[in-house]
Amino acid sequence: MSTTAPPRTTYREACRQAIRAAILADPRVFLMGEDVGRYGGCYAVTKGLLEELGEARIRDTPLSESAFVGAGIGAAIAGMRPIVEVMTCNFSLLALDQIMNNAATIPHMSGGQFAVPLVIRMATGAGRQLAAQHSHSLEGWYAHIPGLRILAPATIEDARHMLAAALDDPNPVLIFEHIMLYNMEGELDPAVQGVDIAKARLRRPGHDVTLVTYGGSLFKTMAAAETLAAEGIEAEVIDLRVLRPLDTATIIESVGRTRRVVIVDEGWRAGSLAAEVAMRIMEEAFFELDAPIRRVCSREVPIPYAAHLEQAALPQPETIAAAARGLVRPSA
Amino acid sequence: MNDFRMPSLGADMEAGTLVEWKVAPGDRVRRGDIVAVVETQKGAIEIEIFEDGVVRELAVAPGSLVPVGALLARLEGQAEATDAAPAPAPAPAPTPPPAPAPPASMAPASLEPPARPRVTPAARRRAAELGLTLEGLHGTGVAGAICLADLPQARPLRAGGFEPLGMRRAIAAAMGRSKREIPHYYLGQSVDLSPTLDWLERLNAGRGPSQRLLPAVLMLRAAALAVAGSPELNGFWKEEGFRPGEGVHVGWAVALRGGGLVAPAIHHADRLPLDALMAAMRDLVTRARSGGLRGSELTDATITITSLGDRGAESVLPIIHPPQVAILGFGRVAERPWVVDGAVVPRRIVQITLAGDHRASDGHRGGLLLARIEALLQKPEAL
Amino acid sequence: MTRDEILALVADILGGIAPEADIATVPGDADLRDALDLDSMDILNFVAALHERTRRPIPEADTPRLVTLNGVVAYFQTAGP
Repeated sequence: MSTTAPPRTTYREACRQAIRAAILADPRVFLMGEDVGRYGGCYAVTKGLLEELGEARIRDTPLSESAFVGAGIGAAIAGMRPIVEVMTCNFSLLALDQIMNNAATIPHMSGGQFAVPLVIRMATGAGRQLAAQHSHSLEGWYAHIPGLRILAPATIEDARHMLAAALDDPNPVLIFEHIMLYNMEGELDPAVQGVDIAKARLRRPGHDVTLVTYGGSLFKTMAAAETLAAEGIEAEVIDLRVLRPLDTATIIESVGRTRRVVIVDEGWRAGSLAAEVAMRIMEEAFFELDAPIRRVCSREVPIPYAAHLEQAALPQPETIAAAARGLVRPSA
Repeated sequence: MNDFRMPSLGADMEAGTLVEWKVAPGDRVRRGDIVAVVETQKGAIEIEIFEDGVVRELAVAPGSLVPVGALLARLEGQAEATDAAPAPAPAPAPTPPPAPAPPASMAPASLEPPARPRVTPAARRRAAELGLTLEGLHGTGVAGAICLADLPQARPLRAGGFEPLGMRRAIAAAMGRSKREIPHYYLGQSVDLSPTLDWLERLNAGRGPSQRLLPAVLMLRAAALAVAGSPELNGFWKEEGFRPGEGVHVGWAVALRGGGLVAPAIHHADRLPLDALMAAMRDLVTRARSGGLRGSELTDATITITSLGDRGAESVLPIIHPPQVAILGFGRVAERPWVVDGAVVPRRIVQITLAGDHRASDGHRGGLLLARIEALLQKPEAL
Repeated sequence: MTRDEILALVADILGGIAPEADIATVPGDADLRDALDLDSMDILNFVAALHERTRRPIPEADTPRLVTLNGVVAYFQTAGP
């Protein structure tokens, strides 16, 4: 009996197939955003979709984030299932008023009379020399806001399947796709037909230290874990996947095993999501800890343009491994 | 109101973990009632209360590590409890009440607080579970903190809840103190146990296994009767000097399988006839090994007896358990040539030894005690 | 009683006396007192329990025959007095 290997694909293609499948499956679903149609998306995620699906389902918008996010909110309230693409999360600040004051609050302020089944996709993160206005990681800010669900697909499987679950959610869901993941290649198991958008996932078991991360930092963290394994340190890697609401239980369970934690977050350290994760651990697992919690975050600077400075500002496998090593073998 | 505080269950005890309350607020208690179970290095100990009254408040939740002398509960004395008349309302205080003073029985804080060792939360919790003090431990964790790797593994599961390492430390502390502070003298006497054992075999032949007596019970009985006549060897050495015991409460040394030793008291051992003494010993050994010793059993012993049993050495030079002032040892009974009426005959001989505290007694008095034990063992039918 | 029945009985009784002991590791001819760290009180309780469970009288003089597993098996495989 022969088996065929699961088909190989890319993260970008998985995102594209997710959008395509969602639009084909439900007449209420459409995509809109800057350059998503004729240009094919600034990260080429939507290339070819306008031609296949038509202008009614793939809509180019003016360069006005506040306007088209607001339009998406209105469409969602009116019964549609819009997918709004914001080119990068840096630009989403122009739509922050719509996202926070309308999308996140209307279901509450209307006493549940209006649902906002909106999905907003945006690119996040640094690494392509796009400089300080295009490289930041702002998902931690959005994870502060009640009423939103914040997703960070870090694997091809999550890129392929999180969108459908997000569209099924009656509340607004924000999906942050890290720009360094789009070219990532890998296998996609055709047997998997869906994923949850509630739980963190253990990406690597270990017993010496827990590395908590998400999104674009996952593969840097996995690389750090490999380095550590070669030194005899078994790191457990947790992919948060869902940044709000946080799956604290999975983190606490892991901390109970390893008693040491490093949190890896491409956001700035001060007031970061990493700080929130650390505080949850202090609140719920203080007595399990056998070492201080450490964080590896971006340096507190606007992300630089110069390649060497940009890389120096970001979490790297070496800095992650060093932080973990310092907890497990402090005297070495 | 009277305060019920964490008792000291041994000279080496610094703190105990409250495992369980056996009473609730409002319960009436009598002196001697078991009110709580406290986990110590000697296992889970049932704690008795020392006065009559009504429980008003439980100050500590189960699971808490409580230093010796710290408040456990508040009691209303009998007079207060039966007085139905409400107390007059106190006049309003002109100034806020002063901050509560630390409990009087706690050691006064030194002027220079010691440098606080760095201990990880997980290590601090495990140390508390194990009953370990952190003093003197070398930390290998981050910033030199004492971490889990610097502590023994979690408590191995043992039937009686004993933690071998904690118990070893307790024994080390007590015996170290004894050897430092107590000027021991040692005496030994070989005693022909044949009359006793012959008598015992005849007695046991007519009894079923569960009714039989062990030779150790006869030795204990003889020793307890003899100790009753040697008050200077039965009691405690305190700061103010020797204080005789109020009764002969024999601490019976029980070896715990897998290591460790505990010597809980058999109260008024000199007043118990042989069958009752056998029952008391059986009960004590069972509870020492499976948990359930009482606080008074750990604190009341006025003299200790260690019996090495039929697989032990022939004699022991025992170490006094402070604050007691004497300890008796019985070696393994062995058949030896013995001179009786000018002829050498085989006899069953036991070496009885005594360690005495020279601050409280002299060897002469100790020798008299051994002679009395020997005499009693020659007439077992009178025991 | 068969050998297996007797050994099961012994394991059950010793489990109550020395719960931490593992009788399966004790050779048949090993002295139980040495192998399981049993003292004279334990042996007395062991003999008392054997008597209670089998109803067979066990004179004190027979106790030395009951300190190995093989000894216990042989003792209970022979007809009682």
